[in-house]
Amino acid sequence: MLHYIGKRLLQLIPVLLGMTFIVFLIIRAIPGDPAQVILGQQATKEAKAALRASLGLDNPWYIQYVNYLGDLLTGDLGESMRTKATVSSELWPYLAATFELALFAMILAVIIGVNAGIVSAWFQNSWFDYFAMILALIGVSMPIFWLGLMGQWVFGIQMDLLPTSGREDARNPVDPITYMYVVDTIIHGRFDQLWDVLKHLILPAIALATIPMAIIARMTRSSMLEVMRSDYVRTARAKGQNMFWVVYKHALKNAIIPVLTVIGLQMGLLLGGAILTETIFSWPGIGRYIYDAIGYRDYPVIQSGILVIAFVFVMINLIVDILYSFIDPRIKYD
Amino acid sequence: MSEMAPNATIDVVIKQDQSVGPWREAWRSFKKSKAALVGAVIVAFFILLAIVGPFFVPEGINDQVLKNRLQPPSAEHWFGTDDFGRDIFSRVVHGARISLWVGFSSVIGSVVVGSMLGIIAGYYGRWIDTIISRIFDIMLAFPSILLAIAVVSILGPSLQNALIAIAIINVPNFGRLIRSKVLSIKQEEYITSAKAIGMKDARILFSHILPNSMTPVIVQGTLAVASAIIEAAALGFLGLGAEAPTPEWGKMLADARIYLINAPWTMIFPGLAIMLTVLGFNLMGDGLRDALDPKMKN
Repeated sequence: MLHYIGKRLLQLIPVLLGMTFIVFLIIRAIPGDPAQVILGQQATKEAKAALRASLGLDNPWYIQYVNYLGDLLTGDLGESMRTKATVSSELWPYLAATFELALFAMILAVIIGVNAGIVSAWFQNSWFDYFAMILALIGVSMPIFWLGLMGQWVFGIQMDLLPTSGREDARNPVDPITYMYVVDTIIHGRFDQLWDVLKHLILPAIALATIPMAIIARMTRSSMLEVMRSDYVRTARAKGQNMFWVVYKHALKNAIIPVLTVIGLQMGLLLGGAILTETIFSWPGIGRYIYDAIGYRDYPVIQSGILVIAFVFVMINLIVDILYSFIDPRIKYD
Repeated sequence: MSEMAPNATIDVVIKQDQSVGPWREAWRSFKKSKAALVGAVIVAFFILLAIVGPFFVPEGINDQVLKNRLQPPSAEHWFGTDDFGRDIFSRVVHGARISLWVGFSSVIGSVVVGSMLGIIAGYYGRWIDTIISRIFDIMLAFPSILLAIAVVSILGPSLQNALIAIAIINVPNFGRLIRSKVLSIKQEEYITSAKAIGMKDARILFSHILPNSMTPVIVQGTLAVASAIIEAAALGFLGLGAEAPTPEWGKMLADARIYLINAPWTMIFPGLAIMLTVLGFNLMGDGLRDALDPKMKN
């Protein structure tokens, strides 16, 4: 196992280098003069020269890349052109907000998706099966930004049930410790704030969860159908075991393995989807941070935001691969 | 009952076998799936809408009638009007042309480049395979929308650049698919025979390997059109795709956001159009997969 983990970590090195190179290109490959594009048409010669110097654009590209890698290794993600603060110092609150949202979305997607898949397979070809699978198909076809807007309109504006933007009630702000507000309100024992924070989470989490939920439901159903036809499940049923236990204890144990891979993959994809959800719900996460940076042509923030999400995405995939080999001993890595 | 001569029986069997070719078999299987047929009808409808729709809509896409701004749906304006008094129905119909154009052309671009790279990697192997496969790994290490944002950040926001970005992010998916197919096909006896009779690599690649690798590409391509349409709309929504006044569905949704309270119809119809088109391609793609390549089902 250690050999496998070591091998996967070694394989990661060229991928991480390639990722940093693509992100490095974001400024350097801009057609024409990057300083002109970043600062706009009105920029003075001095301002452009100063920006070129600060970004090291006057050096040959390979020197720039080596310097960029050196900066990354020391945790220097550059400086925001808008706020003038270092990106690494600004990043954590945004990242924590995105983690909280992605985690809640994934919890929703797994609980609903897995159970819908199980019940659909259990009662194959029933009205529930058809209904759930049609919903799942609509779910995978749904643009999440539209779903988010519809959610705001129906539950926020028409029914006035849930807040439509932000993370908290501005009149009752959370005192941040970890910047994951659910955790922070629990630490402070402020359960009135916890309820408020959870209400703010519901709509964006549902919007973000829809696609993974649909994919997990479809995957669970097909995996369960395969397992339910196997001899050991038939034997358990022939012995007169309660059907609920046959499904949830015996069948699910084997059927869940491919579903776990999908769950891991979707967790990474949620980070990509967060940019759209956070934009709609004004959720101050890393997606929103990148979106705002695009508007201000704040290239160091765009670069570092994309790099951080891609890095987390790669790490989640690595952890899923390693966990997979623990969960399914039939898999032999060589 | 008359007896049939043995030769006649063989003839009948051979004729029956010939009548059920692989494509006909696939079509039979496709037809059996109601969901796939519904998908095909939806796709056909939107393609027709994209081609002829703009000639029949009541108003021009950019006709501004400010006294009619933010009118709810009515007999005159089926989908209502937007903040410039433009007819949303006309703009949604024109938007079909843009979305399908981006969807198809970006996927064709991805298929062409991905197939070339996949074939070269799979057929020649060794260092060239390692390099191409690592490039694919690196590209797939990014969530697709982020890679698209990175590409558009470099090229600048426009519909054309969004199309290029979407084509680029889908290249590794097709490249990997073709590569794995080529790896299995190149072990087949007919490829060994072709090499033995001195056939050139280019002819083997394009006459034998490529046509035999296309089935999964057709399936994946149909599903990729669906995701390309969503990605183009997402880029438009983020302000990185089509620019005003182009009636691109994602851009229309972005513009509608501020009228959510007073004029929700400005948001409902473009979103519905995206969802229905994508649903159509997904249903059709699922049906094609089951008909052409059942092994891909899970």
